[in-house]
Amino acid sequence: MGKTLFDKLWDSHVVLSKPGFPDAVYINTHFIHEVTSPQAFDGLRKRGIPVFRTAKTKATADHNVPTVDQHLPIKEALSRKQVEMLTTNTKEFGVELYGLGHPYQGIVHVIGPELGITLPGMTIVCGDSHTSTHGAFGAIAFGIGTSEVEQVLATQCILQYRPKRMKIEVNGQLKKGVLSKDIILYIISKISASGATGYFVEYAGEAIRALSMEARMTICNMSIEMGARGGLIAPDETTFEYIKGREFAPKGADWDKALAYWKTLHTDKDAEFDVTLTFDAADIEPQITYGTNPGMGMGITQHIPTLEETDDKEKASFKKSLEYMGLEPGSELLGKKVDYVFIGSCTNSRIEDLRLVADFVKGKKKADGVVAWIVPGSKQVEAQAKREGIDKIFEAAGFHLREPGCSACLGMNEDKIPAGMYCISTSNRNFEGRQGPNARTFLASPLSAAAAAITGKVTDVRELV
Amino acid sequence: MSKNFRHLVSTAVPIAIENIDTDQIIPARFLKATTRDGFGENLFRDWRYDANNQPKADFVLNDPTYKGEILVGGKNFGCGSSREHAAWAIGDAGFKVVVSSFFADIFKNNALNNFILPVQVTDEFLEKIFSAIKSDPATQLEVDMEKQSIRILSTGDEAKFDINPYKKECLINGYDDIDYLLNLRKEIETYEAGREFNF
Repeated sequence: MGKTLFDKLWDSHVVLSKPGFPDAVYINTHFIHEVTSPQAFDGLRKRGIPVFRTAKTKATADHNVPTVDQHLPIKEALSRKQVEMLTTNTKEFGVELYGLGHPYQGIVHVIGPELGITLPGMTIVCGDSHTSTHGAFGAIAFGIGTSEVEQVLATQCILQYRPKRMKIEVNGQLKKGVLSKDIILYIISKISASGATGYFVEYAGEAIRALSMEARMTICNMSIEMGARGGLIAPDETTFEYIKGREFAPKGADWDKALAYWKTLHTDKDAEFDVTLTFDAADIEPQITYGTNPGMGMGITQHIPTLEETDDKEKASFKKSLEYMGLEPGSELLGKKVDYVFIGSCTNSRIEDLRLVADFVKGKKKADGVVAWIVPGSKQVEAQAKREGIDKIFEAAGFHLREPGCSACLGMNEDKIPAGMYCISTSNRNFEGRQGPNARTFLASPLSAAAAAITGKVTDVRELV
Repeated sequence: MSKNFRHLVSTAVPIAIENIDTDQIIPARFLKATTRDGFGENLFRDWRYDANNQPKADFVLNDPTYKGEILVGGKNFGCGSSREHAAWAIGDAGFKVVVSSFFADIFKNNALNNFILPVQVTDEFLEKIFSAIKSDPATQLEVDMEKQSIRILSTGDEAKFDINPYKKECLINGYDDIDYLLNLRKEIETYEAGREFNF
């Protein structure tokens, strides 16, 4: 019987497999950032051991950084200390750091791909659940905890049980105004926030194949929001085209050799998955979430479930969630006033996202009373946007183009949504307090977010494109 | 935090909410510490305290009726962010066991790596625990690692739980994954030497 791409990659990275024990899996690239690494470096110090493979470890500062005035010292003392500690730790242990002020600095899941560090066939981990993003290149990539960060720093390996395999096929073609973000929000709304827990997902089908690399990253990024260990897409010409010529991508003869290998990276025809789910792209309309986990989403023209439509067991959690959101069961979101618009995060802060939004808002003006933030995923995205004059379009439309970082995705740095306010956000989580204490989040695509910025309310972008 | 786990009899703290994500367990703004200590203070911070930092009387951790070393949560406990700080906060607050009918993968690993035992039971058994505690908050639960069983002492209801044999050994004996991996140095170097690509 044939093998899935996931199994091919896993098998080729197993250092040791012993019955009853988790596999020791070799890691090709380990990304680290300031929040989940200090305790891991401390652990190495206590054990008196070095970072085992410094060249396979790359660091950046993203979660805690301000997104204005990055040339000045970080105001908040604890954030500053954590970012400084990343600098001292990486220096002491000999790890390369793309810190604040570096032209490569940015959100860890944006810079890996754009620098050509992320490659097909790799195993990639990071102390961040959205590491699944890198799966878009046909890599096994997943988020880990700090004890595991320490494991990988110490041994370049991680102990893991092999997850089950799930295939998610999206056939057909997307309709106008519908983006890859809508595909993944749609899937999560259908299978719930725990629908893929225990599985590693392979995305396939015509609608996935038709996506650009950046759009594929958006899909893989949110695999974790349905509980999946990770999600990957087999590499193809779109992938190779994207990687070619990037800073750390193989060159010359190495490129040819790598390319020949990458072309073998696909699931065999007769391989079996534990679960296969099939969706039709034509069924997907722009999506929006109404609740406090990413599974609580719907088509933008639909209504929030009524209490009667909600499963008995889930009623208490459902009610709590809608109370937090200040929304009524059975109501619609179209026309709902929004206070903030956040376009950014490792889900949607790449140059294509910015171009798409710029195209849409060109010649338009944001609604009065709406605060619209655009936070590029990296210094390189920011620089590219400026080269293309996109910054001027945002400025004219009343959007604030900020500096790179995780920003208002997680309510950790200075960028927070005030209590009680509604934010339509291109990020990945609508958990209670995620964007700031008592902030209320609607997850949506960059186009839907941009449309809301212009009209000041939740809007069906299809009416405007 | 103790570095092993074998057996426990304790009352439990129930939070009958589904999809408790790690942002609730420990909000991101409290992740700025650079050690593993002190996170317990901010466990469930925004459910425990209001905007003026006053305890919310109706939240279970503020209710002296409920105490113990076992936390019982609704289905899909620990979803979302990979932050191990969630496990540290739970451990720092004195919990040694978390019971739910479903755990998110990363949280489960993080808990085990901190010698906190995630006990996964069926939806029905979880209901039994919740209702036993509801009718008597002094209800004690017994968790036995060797037998891989959890028992509601007042009703005698018992369920088995799964744990992989490797992690079971680790928990009973206080070993961690790094000890195990550091012993594989030769195998790791042999693997590296055999790889066709240097990535």
